[in-house]
Amino acid sequence: MGHVDGNAIAGSLAEIFPFDVTAAVGRCAHCGSTGMIGDAMVYFAATGTIVRCANCDEVLAVLVETPSRIWLSLSGVRGLTLPT
Amino acid sequence: MSFITRGFSGRSRERDPRLPPGQTKVDDWPVLSAGPTPKVDPEVWSFTVTTETGAQTHWSWDELRALGLEDIETDIHCVTHWSKLAMTWRGVPLDKILAGIPTHAGYAMAHSYGGYTTNVPLPELLNGQSWVAFEADGTPLEPEHGGPARLLVPHLYFWKSAKWVNGLTLMDSNDPGFWEQSGYSLHGDPWKEERYW
Ligand SMILES: [Zn+2]
Repeated sequence: MGHVDGNAIAGSLAEIFPFDVTAAVGRCAHCGSTGMIGDAMVYFAATGTIVRCANCDEVLAVLVETPSRIWLSLSGVRGLTLPT
Repeated sequence: MSFITRGFSGRSRERDPRLPPGQTKVDDWPVLSAGPTPKVDPEVWSFTVTTETGAQTHWSWDELRALGLEDIETDIHCVTHWSKLAMTWRGVPLDKILAGIPTHAGYAMAHSYGGYTTNVPLPELLNGQSWVAFEADGTPLEPEHGGPARLLVPHLYFWKSAKWVNGLTLMDSNDPGFWEQSGYSLHGDPWKEERYW
């Protein structure tokens, strides 16, 4: 199963953040490379959505939408910067 | 993936008693992956059990299979509301893998090639309740389905049946695995609909 780019999660993340997260630049906690979330690799698993670093394939973020809440883990992102 | 109707009540026909609540029967086998599919050659595949003291036991592909393959017929239940009934599987029971390993741990973390983890209470891996599986429906497991080997814990939701499994770490505490850290149940009993926290 292939992946799509980070813009695919813009809608879900718009429910959480009051800005366009796909334009935010994050640093990968695994390999240290920087990139826009919109350029990361997004995999839709049966259980949720995984965002992986386009450089090293490691997990940047996990998004799970349950009937009662949204879970967002950004454990693989070290800092997000945004244009003001 | 086939279309799934949530809350299907089966009013017009008998509901299959093998289906837990909230589940719908499928005939295909849906696949959605959380990342690139690891391609693991049996020549380099290995399985490692690490106890709570850090002691490790390793098996090669041939060594693990030589512990004794069993044929299993079972239903599987995905947390995304599909169930696949009466599948046949072939694998080595965890009873045989853990037989000679001294431990007082109450829990296990399954580890996979590709980095996936999932936690299961250790007693629920024993007594004929789980296997390291190599075949399903008469054919070797495709990489997309977790081959060359995946955990099979059919009495729990299928995310607990870790694809590309390569080991277990025995733990004193019930630490959450990959999906369990993001809202999924620490236990995952489909008959109790233990889907989320
Ligand atoms: Zn990276």
